[in-house]
Amino acid sequence: MTEFLQDINWSPLWISLKTGAVATLIAFFLGIFCARKIMKLRPGARAVLDGILTMPLVLPPTVAGFLLLMLFSLRRPFGEFLFENFDFKVVQTWKGCVVAAAVIAFPLMYRNARAAFEQVDINLIYAGQTLGMSDFRIFWKVIIPAAAPGIASGTVLAFARAIGEYGATSMLAGNILGKTRTVSVAIAAETAAGNYDVAAFWVVVIVLISFLVVTLINIVSGRGMNGRRWI
Amino acid sequence: MAISIDIEKKLKGFTLKVKFDSGTSRVGILGASGSGKSMTLRCIAGIEKPDRGRIVLGGRTVFDSEKKIDLKPRERRIGYLFQNYALFPTMTVKENIRCGFRGGRKAPEELIADYLKRYQLEGLEDHYPSQLSGGQQQRAALARMMIGEPEVILLDEPFSALDGYLKDVLQKDMQRFLGDYSGDMLMVTHSRDEAFRFCRELMLLKDGKTLTYGDTRELFEQPGLLEASRLTGCKNNSRIERLGEYEIFALDWGISLRTARKVEDDMTHVAIRGHWIRGAEQNGENCIPFHAVEYVETTFEHQYLIKSPGMEDSVLWWMRPRNGFHEDPEKNLPPYLYLPPEHLMLLKS
Repeated sequence: MTEFLQDINWSPLWISLKTGAVATLIAFFLGIFCARKIMKLRPGARAVLDGILTMPLVLPPTVAGFLLLMLFSLRRPFGEFLFENFDFKVVQTWKGCVVAAAVIAFPLMYRNARAAFEQVDINLIYAGQTLGMSDFRIFWKVIIPAAAPGIASGTVLAFARAIGEYGATSMLAGNILGKTRTVSVAIAAETAAGNYDVAAFWVVVIVLISFLVVTLINIVSGRGMNGRRWI
Repeated sequence: MAISIDIEKKLKGFTLKVKFDSGTSRVGILGASGSGKSMTLRCIAGIEKPDRGRIVLGGRTVFDSEKKIDLKPRERRIGYLFQNYALFPTMTVKENIRCGFRGGRKAPEELIADYLKRYQLEGLEDHYPSQLSGGQQQRAALARMMIGEPEVILLDEPFSALDGYLKDVLQKDMQRFLGDYSGDMLMVTHSRDEAFRFCRELMLLKDGKTLTYGDTRELFEQPGLLEASRLTGCKNNSRIERLGEYEIFALDWGISLRTARKVEDDMTHVAIRGHWIRGAEQNGENCIPFHAVEYVETTFEHQYLIKSPGMEDSVLWWMRPRNGFHEDPEKNLPPYLYLPPEHLMLLKS
């Protein structure tokens, strides 16, 4: 057993955690931003845009991976532009892992934030406006705290989804040990190579982490709820 | 200071058309639910936008569709008391009140302490709204609204969420708070009693239209319109035939009545509030023999639905104070009822 653990290359775990953290951070702010903008739109435009923003959730991740590859490929205009001007390379790099995970995790964050915003009593916003508060202040001091439980659960789900991302990641970032091989990519690769024990090890690791994170944040956000929210 | 409104807004099912100029600083809008009264208030606050018209608050035009003026709610210097108070649930009472301050980034602590005291919230400053009683929530919402020194305050059914004893106490408190307030007040309510209590002027609203507007007492005394008499709670009315300058025949009641007011040609109905009908021992002018066909027991009064020999389909509501909770409503009934001429309302339909 000790021998087995000594032989394990731990890099997929760190890459997964790092990717999950950064991707969640991106999805967090982008999700809240989009949810806020969408709430302001007219119902018709809202339905269409919401559909587009939710796409990564319902499409197979490989479709997202393909589209991202088309976008960021160095042989295509946008990817070439990023590389030539900012030395920014996504394909076959760790940045690719982050981009893929963020895109896939984004709808979970966005939809949870939006649902949480919709639950906020609209009179709270009107009250803030008649009291002379700025929209910025109303948003950060009234709406976000009132929507906190929903936003917290969106964040947790986004993180859980981001560390487990496989389809889009493998297409965009590939499978380079120590660079882009995340735990889920490792599980697929090891299984394909017949190394069932290593694959099983990573399965156990990812199950434990996911469970731990979800439970931990549930406890934390549950504590904040104590007699404070809603009526 | 005055409120002047003339707005139109198309809504689902009807068009809101409200027009009035207040002459006093205590104005009420009385209407049934769904009559558009809350929408009117929201238009004044700037939460909703009228399709066209003008809103002038204390000489400041806050909305004018022709001149393309449409001030944001925060620029209108109004205070809005929401039906559910809309206190910020994640903030304490103190933080809530601080949000209402308009004089800069941070309200001075002494000022907040002063408002906590004025609205009897001392000791509750660190409580969250969900930990407060209905009355405390209302006072917290009032304090939050008043610290911004609004020029006009808008009250949306302020007592509809409360009941019984608490309501009476809060209405008394509210009268005191309003007594200290020098700005304009506009209250929306479906309760004629609240309207009578808090408002010197009243606008009656029905299906989105201004029915009538005037001095509250005058309006209760002589509503002028049949609909208006109904809206102020009068249940007894009859079609009339004019017999003379001060004499009518009430067709639905089958009686001739003397009136205190001159009967104009275009008057079509007479009405009387059940509380003004009195018992009489002898027959005489404006007196009718009667028998009660139905009885409604309420806490402090007997309510009878009575018929007189001349009545066919209609009945009269008669409210009579009771002397005790065990009093038999059938006992000590007078032989006649007297409809005092000064309380007869002459109406147009």
